[in-house]
Amino acid sequence: MWIFTLAWKNIWRNKSRTIIVLSAIAFASIISLPASSLKEGIFQNLISNIVGSYSGHIQIHQKGYWQEQTLENGFVSDANLTFKIRQIPEVEHIANRLESFALISSGEITKGAIVLGVDSIEKFQFTRVCDKLIRGIFMDSGQGLLLSEGLSNKMKKNVNDTVVLIGQGYRGSIAADRFIVSGIIRLPSPKLNSGLLVMPLTEAQHFFLADSIVTTTSLLLKKSSDLNQTAHKIRALMNKDHEVMTWEEIMPDIKQHIQTDSINMRIVQLILYMLVGFGIFSTIVIMMSERRAEHGMLLALGMSKLRLQLLLITESLYTVMLGSLLGLLLGAPLVFYLHKFPLRISGAAADAYAKFGFEPIFPTSTDFSIFLYQSLMVFIIGTMVSLYPLSVVHRMKAIFAMKK
Amino acid sequence: MEKRAKQSDTGIEKLNSKDATVIDAHNISKTYNPGGIPIRAIKNIHLHLSKGEFVALVGPSGSGKTTLLNMIGGLDQPDSGSILINNTDITRLSQAKLVKFRLHHIGFVFQSYNLIPVLTAQENAEFIMLLQKIKKFKRNERIDMLFQAVGLSDKKNVRPSQLSGGQQQRVAVLRALASKPQFVLADEPTANLDSEAAFNLLDIMLKLNKEEGMTYIFSTHDQRVIDRVKRVIKLVDGEVVSDKITDIL
Ligand SMILES: Nc1ncnc2c1ncn2[C@@H]1O[C@H](COP(=O)(O)OP(=O)(O)OP(=O)(O)O)[C@@H](O)[C@H]1O
Ligand SMILES: [Mg+2]
Repeated sequence: MWIFTLAWKNIWRNKSRTIIVLSAIAFASIISLPASSLKEGIFQNLISNIVGSYSGHIQIHQKGYWQEQTLENGFVSDANLTFKIRQIPEVEHIANRLESFALISSGEITKGAIVLGVDSIEKFQFTRVCDKLIRGIFMDSGQGLLLSEGLSNKMKKNVNDTVVLIGQGYRGSIAADRFIVSGIIRLPSPKLNSGLLVMPLTEAQHFFLADSIVTTTSLLLKKSSDLNQTAHKIRALMNKDHEVMTWEEIMPDIKQHIQTDSINMRIVQLILYMLVGFGIFSTIVIMMSERRAEHGMLLALGMSKLRLQLLLITESLYTVMLGSLLGLLLGAPLVFYLHKFPLRISGAAADAYAKFGFEPIFPTSTDFSIFLYQSLMVFIIGTMVSLYPLSVVHRMKAIFAMKK
Repeated sequence: MEKRAKQSDTGIEKLNSKDATVIDAHNISKTYNPGGIPIRAIKNIHLHLSKGEFVALVGPSGSGKTTLLNMIGGLDQPDSGSILINNTDITRLSQAKLVKFRLHHIGFVFQSYNLIPVLTAQENAEFIMLLQKIKKFKRNERIDMLFQAVGLSDKKNVRPSQLSGGQQQRVAVLRALASKPQFVLADEPTANLDSEAAFNLLDIMLKLNKEEGMTYIFSTHDQRVIDRVKRVIKLVDGEVVSDKITDIL
């Protein structure tokens, strides 16, 4: 339609002014897009670090286990249920675990340790044990165990050495046995890295005299964003004897941290966009006063106010869309570059990250929603500033507008 | 029904009273009230225009020419009286209907800010037809013919900034009459032009008046323009003081 052609021609009336407006919008996008994608990427990274390294996205326990984490609160794993959960499309991995405490000792040295029995190396893969196996191998069965790096140092034990475990077994029995160190692992969390040992699930069940008992069924999802809906599906499958917890419920402090930071980011973005919005608004005010007589003339000729408003709103939207397109074109390569080659942190911050076992990198997220959100923000601003021309035209009287 | 010719306030009877009536303003008045002091801009004016007339509205500054033209053009409302354009009383139309009426029945030429700067001469000239949703080939045909008639064929694809003031006003006149309105209304169309350009514009208006039978009513201060017009209506203080028809041919 000719109105769209005319609108396009109109935005190039004052080339330098349009270019300034476009640059302002693009500038905001160039700052805001990588910033929000970086924020999102850091959080996603944080979540997958935490979730992937130990907790999983969702955990299933016997009711009451989270309150009192003892073997007595374990449950008999149900193959039928495991099968049903595996049918849920959002679920990537499912792993059964038995977690308890034992004393590890060798010669003079005795230390407390967290004992983790995992059902197989494949299923445990999401916990990145494989990635972090620094020496030796993991054995699916047999009396071999993996020592965390810190524990191995404290015990002064290496691959192929023998250690003794002593603990309280299921229902008050005494558990004691001899194991061979088959490998050394490095774990993300400092707490785990200095106190965890891992063995095959059946071995752990055997040691604790807890046949077919597990304490946790841990799930890894394909997408972190499917968390609540998947938890909901699983809850529907479970009876009242179980509790289904998401990582957000397991680690509410981290969830809180992410939420606050997200809100802060939104506020910064909002301020940035408001500045740009005011910039656009003032140029529109100037434009409208410069073209006032012409608009009066168009109304006098018999152009309806609605058509004139459509023309002006199209002009604003063209400008805003062009600016954000420019911003996307310039900002997106940066986002993708930083995704491929993430920023590396160094110094104290890097050490702090390493302490938690996280790679000291700041990757960006290339999630589509980030680009969508940017465009949406710009579109909303565009629509808001377009309201001004609409109201000017609405109140305009042709003969007054045409007066010099 | 044929409207009867009316006696104007000055008592001069119109000659072409049997022609089809285009404008019939009856007893219109307009009072402005800036800051409580009423200014009677138009006082009980009767105006009758027939098809094909070529009328100049003259009078000193502040005599009410613009006010009268605005009311006839449906841009402003009289306080009292009626204005019949081709038998439609435009004082009774709603704002939305009035806009439509202007688009379809009245051609406008203003003193300045006439053309849309981003459009070419041709696009400007066909703008009203575009608003009227007239088909492209019909527009082209008409525009080609008109540009030829006023000797602007080589300027069709040029933007207003590359045209002289006179050429711009010629394009504005073409735009006003391209869609064949009831009449063309022009408030001081030559005010911004030098006298040669002013004469040129007047020639073209006269030519199209003759060839197309287009009715014109316009205001002017230029005595040499006035000398070439068949009918001259003079306003003083919002009243018609003379309405002369001179056969200049
Ligand atoms: N919007 C308005 N508010 C108040 N008074 C007005 C307004 N428009 C016109 N007037 C007054 O009405 C009278 C007629 O004005 P008008 O503009 O019609 O005169 P004119 O004949 O067109 O003058 P000019 O030759 O200078 O263009 C003048 O006294 C003017 O001051
Ligand atoms: Mg005037």
